[in-house]
Amino acid sequence: MSLATLVLLADGRLPSGGHAHSGGLEPQIAAGRVRDIRELDGFLRGRLATGGLVSAAFAAAACGDVGRAAELDAGLDARTPSPALRRASRAQGRALLRAGRAMWRLASLPSREPHQPVALGALASAAGLTPVEAAVAAAHGTISGSAGAAVRLLGLDPYAVHALLARLAPECDRIAALAARRHGDPVDDLPAAGAPLLDIGAEHHATWEVRLFAS
Amino acid sequence: MHPELPHQHEHGPGEAPHTHPEPGVDPHEPLHTGARALRVGIGGPVGSGKTALVAALCRALGEELRLAVVTNDIYTTEDADFLLRNGVLPAERIRAVETGCCPHTAIRDDISANLDAVEDLEAALGPLDLVLVESGGDNLTATFSKGLIDRQIFVVDVAGGDKVPRKGGPGVTTADLLVINKTDLAPLVGADLSVMDRDARARRHDLPTVFLSLAEDRRATPVADWIRALVATRTAVAGA
Repeated sequence: MSLATLVLLADGRLPSGGHAHSGGLEPQIAAGRVRDIRELDGFLRGRLATGGLVSAAFAAAACGDVGRAAELDAGLDARTPSPALRRASRAQGRALLRAGRAMWRLASLPSREPHQPVALGALASAAGLTPVEAAVAAAHGTISGSAGAAVRLLGLDPYAVHALLARLAPECDRIAALAARRHGDPVDDLPAAGAPLLDIGAEHHATWEVRLFAS
Repeated sequence: MHPELPHQHEHGPGEAPHTHPEPGVDPHEPLHTGARALRVGIGGPVGSGKTALVAALCRALGEELRLAVVTNDIYTTEDADFLLRNGVLPAERIRAVETGCCPHTAIRDDISANLDAVEDLEAALGPLDLVLVESGGDNLTATFSKGLIDRQIFVVDVAGGDKVPRKGGPGVTTADLLVINKTDLAPLVGADLSVMDRDARARRHDLPTVFLSLAEDRRATPVADWIRALVATRTAVAGA
């Protein structure tokens, strides 16, 4: 393993399209459900326990065996009921592959637009990282993107937001470890936690005439 | 694909073997066989006339070049809609990129969504001669990544004040072409074009600057001519 490589992969500055996505936060802010740092805390914990767990498990599984990419991709389709979120995940997967191709020698994947966690697992594998490291990068990514969006959308104090991320780091590790332990499981047995309100929010968001984030 | 390289770094115990691409190789996959389109970025502050310039270039060049446009709006598809409403380009030749509050990020720091849009256009339409990439209205520091575009145009306007060229900034100083738009408004806002011309020369040395009134020249003739020359040079080089 290489810690520096893991940091590189999990860095929000990786040019992989993430900056244009709020991880479902923008519609929840508009609905008045997230207004301050306390409510952001609740949102991020929810994200971590649902989408974060699923992303971590699928990234770990793809890292452990890139040959399962097609199967894992279909598994994520089944776990993503919102078409808008499927599009957002695939757009980010494609962008991540573009960055990954420049950085490491990637295994060829069955799709040029895989779901983001599958792409992340493929990059982690090509970079010589382990499934649990892929899971940490995935779990961290699900909350850090939304946290960054909160700073822009709500004008929250960036120090308060990073203090929150620091408090959530042990939970991030725990979710990642939980997810990575199951990386060899059959796809149907991998975590399938969901957040219906985020799915509904994403579908509304996709119809807005004016929005700041792509998802 | 990238050639195999011997490893340049030590591996720790237990580290999985892996390889890196050759650092000197272009990190981007070839877009398609044959020469790809010339990509020209169009940036500049809000309201300076970027979208109007794109529309004018579509009018001027749409019939002689295989042309497509990528727009980067701050929060909507407003610019793409403007081009559609004005009927200067059919819908399938326009793609809108969403930029998550940060238009300059999408054209400079993380160009992935724009590269995807360019690739999608070339995949859908076949080989193109020219792709115009319009940035969202931003400030004087917004410039394009060379990983995204070949040449960039920076558009400022007379109504923004005749001191803009003197203030400089990366857009004014380094753009391959500086366009000073809305010259028709100069007498109304008390702007001195000779001051702007002198300051632009001082900032930009040999790089060209053109004055334009899109209200009067709806085909942006000097800019269209500049692009025609670029396309011709490129074609000549590719054919040689």
